[in-house]
Amino acid sequence: MGTGESGTSRVAVTAEAGDFLRRLTAAHGPLMFHQSGGCCDGSSPMCYPVGMFRTGPGDVRLGELRIDGLEPIEVFMSAFQFEYWKYTHLTIDVVDGRGSGFSVEAPEGKRFLIRSRLLDDAELAEFGLLPQG
Amino acid sequence: MTLTADPSAVAEPDDVPAADAPTVYARPGEDGSVVSYRARYDHYIGGKYVAPASGQYFEDITPVTGQGFCEIARGTAPDVDRAVDAAWAAFPAWGKTSPAERAVILNKIADRMEANLEALAVAETWENGKPVRETLAADLPLAIDHFRYFAGAIRAQEGGAAELDQDTVAYHFHEPLGVVGQIIPWNFPILMAVWKLAPALAAGNCVVLKPAEQTPASIHVLIDLIGDLLPDGVLNVVNGFGFEAGAPLASHPRIRKIAFTGETTTGRLIMQYASERLIPVTLELGGKSPNIFFEDVADAKDSFYDKALEGFTFFALNQGEVCTCPSRALVQRSIYDGFVADGLERVGKVKQGDPLDLSTMIGAQASNDQLEKILSYIEIGKAEGAKLITGGERADLGGDLAGGYYVQPTVFEGRNSMRIFQEEIFGPVLALTSFDTYDDAISIANDTLYGLGAGVWSRNGSQLYRAGRAIEAGRVWSNTYHQYPAHAAFGGYKQSGIGRENHKMMLDHYQQTKNLLVSYADGPMGFF
Repeated sequence: MGTGESGTSRVAVTAEAGDFLRRLTAAHGPLMFHQSGGCCDGSSPMCYPVGMFRTGPGDVRLGELRIDGLEPIEVFMSAFQFEYWKYTHLTIDVVDGRGSGFSVEAPEGKRFLIRSRLLDDAELAEFGLLPQG
Repeated sequence: MTLTADPSAVAEPDDVPAADAPTVYARPGEDGSVVSYRARYDHYIGGKYVAPASGQYFEDITPVTGQGFCEIARGTAPDVDRAVDAAWAAFPAWGKTSPAERAVILNKIADRMEANLEALAVAETWENGKPVRETLAADLPLAIDHFRYFAGAIRAQEGGAAELDQDTVAYHFHEPLGVVGQIIPWNFPILMAVWKLAPALAAGNCVVLKPAEQTPASIHVLIDLIGDLLPDGVLNVVNGFGFEAGAPLASHPRIRKIAFTGETTTGRLIMQYASERLIPVTLELGGKSPNIFFEDVADAKDSFYDKALEGFTFFALNQGEVCTCPSRALVQRSIYDGFVADGLERVGKVKQGDPLDLSTMIGAQASNDQLEKILSYIEIGKAEGAKLITGGERADLGGDLAGGYYVQPTVFEGRNSMRIFQEEIFGPVLALTSFDTYDDAISIANDTLYGLGAGVWSRNGSQLYRAGRAIEAGRVWSNTYHQYPAHAAFGGYKQSGIGRENHKMMLDHYQQTKNLLVSYADGPMGFF
């Protein structure tokens, strides 16, 4: 679901966020993301050490972030939410910030943020999302 | 002001702004201010302030200017352990106090807050960025009334005695859970803390509370005022970040319950921890609340119509940082053009400015990351093809407010399938659409992952009732919005959470049921 047949991905990461993830990984070990919904710090990506947050059958694996020097970082979202996001390409960025649920980056004074754009026609075709017929 | 639950329930505070009160409050710590923050706040554990185990502090920033104003202890697991120890040490005595004793204390807390309402309101505004007219008229009066409500509720609560047969009686007693954990959001830092604290304390529990890292300080202004009223260790506050202090609290092996207000991923993580400890949770996780305006609203341009226009504009209350923000407006097509034009005119009159100015209606978003997220959603709305009708920009208020986090009230027109209609932006951003029939309205209203709040506006009582019952949400405001009286249950359907807050039923979330099953029969049952 997350990756098209020719390797097209629906997730990416900015260079600044990639550098930051390298630092966080050095401090906390391998990381993963789960996109949150709802109030307060919701509608934002939460970043956890692998194993802290359990994904399950109710989640969609959107893809993985490829960052030099790191194992691929998986990105998940609940299947409910994915229904509304399936036409969207996500780029994980980082801004100055303060709080973030239990996400790992907040003590650094940073907050991950999703930048998004609609998938283009080629990507929609890759993911089988073009209208049929 | 109708924002208060029941204005008559809150007596005139001793220091309510007098007629000659300033129109702009001095900033905390400046000459003439009604309140000052301390330079640094440690953890409040066992009735005194203790330094964090890590020795580290972080800066607390006011969103009014974007500048730091105090330091906050950076809590970690050892601090949480210490707080849980202090709470358990206090519990044997506190849990055995009579309801009357606890009610007296809760009422004293309310009285102390009322006598210092203005100071608390200014402190809250400075930390959160919300307009002082809201903190004066809503946040603090509601918090005060909440303590009084639960002081009354615990006095009036009774167990039960059931005569099962002539010789057998089932007695039901309420008992406190013990030590509970509470994780507080940043949108109403004091009020949301009180929503959790008042029922927990009334029921005889001891509390370890973690304020949001965006707004950790105003709760300490409150503790400075009321700390002496509670026995040491009954209420403990551990500051810090979610990852470092919130997770150790939520996963602590010696808490008996965890309550959280926030977003869905953290909500799941808290349930995951709770499942490992087999403890109950209450979760309030937000929404994407529909606000439905049926055509008969426009039958007359009277005071009811005026009220409905205020209802349309309520998305801007608290800068949209309300879990029940009416962020989707559904307007019947037959009145759409006229009603929306009038609604936009009302939105245009929302005065944005210095949150400490009594005339300001919309202040600052609570944090820089919140500002960035809202702006990113405005871009998403544009990219999806929603029509930007008004606003859509960061607001530059000049002077040192230019460093604050202000967003113009923003209205988009679009379709309910768009992401700005489906995701909680938690900002002053309204997603507006039309509907044709009653069935359309209900279908659009319920086409959401969430079900926390909703609004319905109609002059037809039966339509109002039917719509209210058909909407899958825990709170349906009918011909009103954004009222939060203590005696009305608040909580979510669907992905909006588990459990309720407010109302005396909230006591159940903080109590065990003890059943004594007693036989008064003289002889054996006859099995053996």
